[in-house]
Amino acid sequence: MEAVAWFKDVGIADRPTVGGKGGSLGELTQAGIDVPAGFVVTVAAFEQFLEKLEAREPIRPLVEALDPQDIGAATKLSEQLRARVMGDEMPEQVKDALKAAHAQLCKDGQPVAVRSSATTEDADDASFAGLQDTFLWVLDAEDMIARTRECWSSLYSVESMTYRRKQGIPEDGVAMAVVVQRMVNSRSAGVMFTRSPTTGDKSVITIEGAWGLGSSVVSGEVTPDKWVLGKITGEISQRDISDKHARQVPAPEGGGIVEVENESDMRTAPCLTDDELLALREVGRRIERHYGKPQDIEWALDQDGKVLLLQSRPETVWAVKDAESTPVKKPEGKAYNHVMAIFGGKKP
Amino acid sequence: MSETAKSFPRPSSLKVTPGTEAAQAAYPYYCQFQPGDDDRFWFYNSMHFPEPMHHFDMITAEAAYCALGAFNTRVHVLPTTKGIDHRIINGRVFIGGVPVTDPEEVQARAEEFQKRGFYYYENWEDLYAQWKDKMKALIAEAQAMPKPHLPDLEPMETTHTGKGIAANQELIDTYRRQLNGYYTMWHHHFEFLLLGYGAYMTFFDFCKTAFPEISDQAISRMVAGMEAEIFKPDEEVKRLARRAVELGVDQHFTPDMDIDTVLADLDKVGRDGKEWLAELETSRNPWFNVNVGDGFYHYHRSWNDDLSMPFAALPGYIEKIKAGTNIERPMDQLIKERDELVRDYRELLDTEEDKATYDQLIELAHRVFPYVEGHKFYCEHWYTNLFFNKIREFGALLVEHDFFEKEEDVFHLTHYELESAIIDLMLSWSSGSPPIGPSRWPAIVAERQKAIDAWAGETVPPALGEVPDVIDDPAIVMLWGITRDNLDMWLSDGESDPNEMRGFAACNGVVEGIARVIKSVKEIDKIQQGDILVCQVTNPTWSPLFQKISAAVSDIGGSMSHMAIVAREYGLPAVVGTGNASQKIKDGARIRVDGGKGTVTILEQPAEARELEDA
Repeated sequence: MEAVAWFKDVGIADRPTVGGKGGSLGELTQAGIDVPAGFVVTVAAFEQFLEKLEAREPIRPLVEALDPQDIGAATKLSEQLRARVMGDEMPEQVKDALKAAHAQLCKDGQPVAVRSSATTEDADDASFAGLQDTFLWVLDAEDMIARTRECWSSLYSVESMTYRRKQGIPEDGVAMAVVVQRMVNSRSAGVMFTRSPTTGDKSVITIEGAWGLGSSVVSGEVTPDKWVLGKITGEISQRDISDKHARQVPAPEGGGIVEVENESDMRTAPCLTDDELLALREVGRRIERHYGKPQDIEWALDQDGKVLLLQSRPETVWAVKDAESTPVKKPEGKAYNHVMAIFGGKKP
Repeated sequence: MSETAKSFPRPSSLKVTPGTEAAQAAYPYYCQFQPGDDDRFWFYNSMHFPEPMHHFDMITAEAAYCALGAFNTRVHVLPTTKGIDHRIINGRVFIGGVPVTDPEEVQARAEEFQKRGFYYYENWEDLYAQWKDKMKALIAEAQAMPKPHLPDLEPMETTHTGKGIAANQELIDTYRRQLNGYYTMWHHHFEFLLLGYGAYMTFFDFCKTAFPEISDQAISRMVAGMEAEIFKPDEEVKRLARRAVELGVDQHFTPDMDIDTVLADLDKVGRDGKEWLAELETSRNPWFNVNVGDGFYHYHRSWNDDLSMPFAALPGYIEKIKAGTNIERPMDQLIKERDELVRDYRELLDTEEDKATYDQLIELAHRVFPYVEGHKFYCEHWYTNLFFNKIREFGALLVEHDFFEKEEDVFHLTHYELESAIIDLMLSWSSGSPPIGPSRWPAIVAERQKAIDAWAGETVPPALGEVPDVIDDPAIVMLWGITRDNLDMWLSDGESDPNEMRGFAACNGVVEGIARVIKSVKEIDKIQQGDILVCQVTNPTWSPLFQKISAAVSDIGGSMSHMAIVAREYGLPAVVGTGNASQKIKDGARIRVDGGKGTVTILEQPAEARELEDA
């Protein structure tokens, strides 16, 4: 297997080799949704790297031998293994593949985002296990490779290792893919649920957004504007424009992001126009139709107002409740028997 | 249980406005507040009766409630509700429902209802076809009634045909038949209405349960009929505008035209002008038999009586046609959109069972809706119009015999008093002595006009008496949109942001603009292009105005009020059922209407109103 796989060549079914995030972005790209271009550093790259590390000194047996209750030992091992993942030599063919892919992706030197892409079935487990890492506005190939190592090294964080030991997950299958994607210097960004997070209503789309990069919304550092739209009608039934005190933007130099104060008129101005809301709704509906179930989406608008999708995963909270729910009302022999709910003093 | 000890004033605490006691006492005894009424819940029916009632106009309340109750209580036998009691004080009509709460009685009535109400659902189309025939026959009968007239001597024909009845008998006969016709019309009106609303509400409740955040508008759009009679008058105005352009006579229609001059000019300009006048005649019969109000007051004249409403819309439509703007209702597209809406919501349902129920309910709603939308044209507009015009003819006859000064004064008499005045006139005609009426009625008419004027400026409590814990009387909820929630809203008035009002979100969109507070139909010409219409109750026959205004706000009305339907057609932001927007918002204020949220915000009151408040 190749060390690198492009979004356009992978799908959800490739999760074991490109992880959940990589597979989802590939799936969306293939479905014709605008996703910033990128590639996945596959599990194969990680395996080759680990093989080289283990050739010198074992890694997996040390983790397997760990007592999850012994935090002291875990901390020590974590420091040791993470240092190796960060510092030890990388196989030349992996390094070359990453550099070549980066050169192809960023012909004019655009910055990228580097994100871990876990291979476990349930991405929520992965986040519980401390595997989520995201590095924004990464400037060059060297830095991109370093951030990839950092993602990999999160497999050897104290939480991650002790979690695996408690769950009895064999180290042999433990691997990680990493997504490298062109960075969007977004004007506005945020999240979108294709059903109501509060009532589970599938006929509405909830959009939350703020100025600048979406990280401020995802991390909860800014109270986002919130809208509720009719999924089918497109009517905007709710508009809560919040006081958005700050936004996250690319750092002026050296990569990464910084937070800047919003000017007063920007703070209380809606970060999306009605047309943009409707464009987002269109994209949300397309993705939902593609997957056949409600989605939890991260989006960004570039400086020209073009909608770009950064992530989409199935909504999980209400999906569980759906499985237990009963019909709203059972059919009757005659349609008009239903009116007894209104006239008969019987509540449906 | 309600923890807030707040309640509305008790009926017994309301005082008759000093100086209007005699006018108050002249309303029939059966609609005066009674001692036991303090223990009941009443609300001001400002949806149907937003202005103080002339004594004659109270006939609408009693005829409507006679019929509504008859069908609920004794024809269809609705299990949980009977009829509506009504009372009047200071010219304002308060009404109270009569819910059935004893479970055994509900059960017994439910069994009856399933034999009676269900028969209507089963045979809806046939019965509705029959209904239209009945209504048209009733209208024809009213049209055929003779103009009240007392000749000096009976025509020779009476002698030659051996008729055996003289003109004074024909007078009372016409009056009584016309009254009967009006009461009958109201029975027809309620023959289907509650059943139709009930079927619609069943679908509405299903949607609200399946899609908790669905807007009322989306549901109404799924149900709305496309060919409803209520759209026809406005369609006719558009047709006339188009014909004017086609015939090349459009230059006659200007915003400041004098209608009589225009009509006379068109008659003079040759064939094209005459052809347009002929087109006007076809539009007038029957489609201009629409009232500029809801048809509950004698002064809600029809377009036929006063062409200013349809003519006011002509220049705007003509301008749009000439600019190449399409003003037609895109029927095919509207139907396609409605069908897509129904299909797309269906797709979101989780289970096959829910889809099956949904199919049943939307099918039933579509079957009953033509009546719900269509009946008003025949009842509240066409027939009511004929009725009040006939009474106006009696007014003219009485003026001729010096009973009072103006034809319109006749509406200051109750229908009993009017009958007595007619009999007075009959006696006088037969005896050859002068009638007594001229020495009696002028003073009474003056006194009552004074009372109406005094009452018109008063602020009316939205409700009276004990607040019930729940309002589940389906008639009250369906017809008046009164729920426990909006009672609490009325009660809490003044505690929240005094500049914000809430109501039903009738049509989506946010607009800021100048409020034009229209307290009565006569003020309609105050409205300028881009104004926001603020009124007590909005009316579909105002729809030609909708091309002028940028948003609409009303005190009363639910999301299925005709106003809401028309607003959606025009895509105009609208909030209905705010309770008191027309009292709180001063004419000329700058306001914001959010038709999606259902809120109206006063941004700036006009200068003189602010000074008053500061003082």
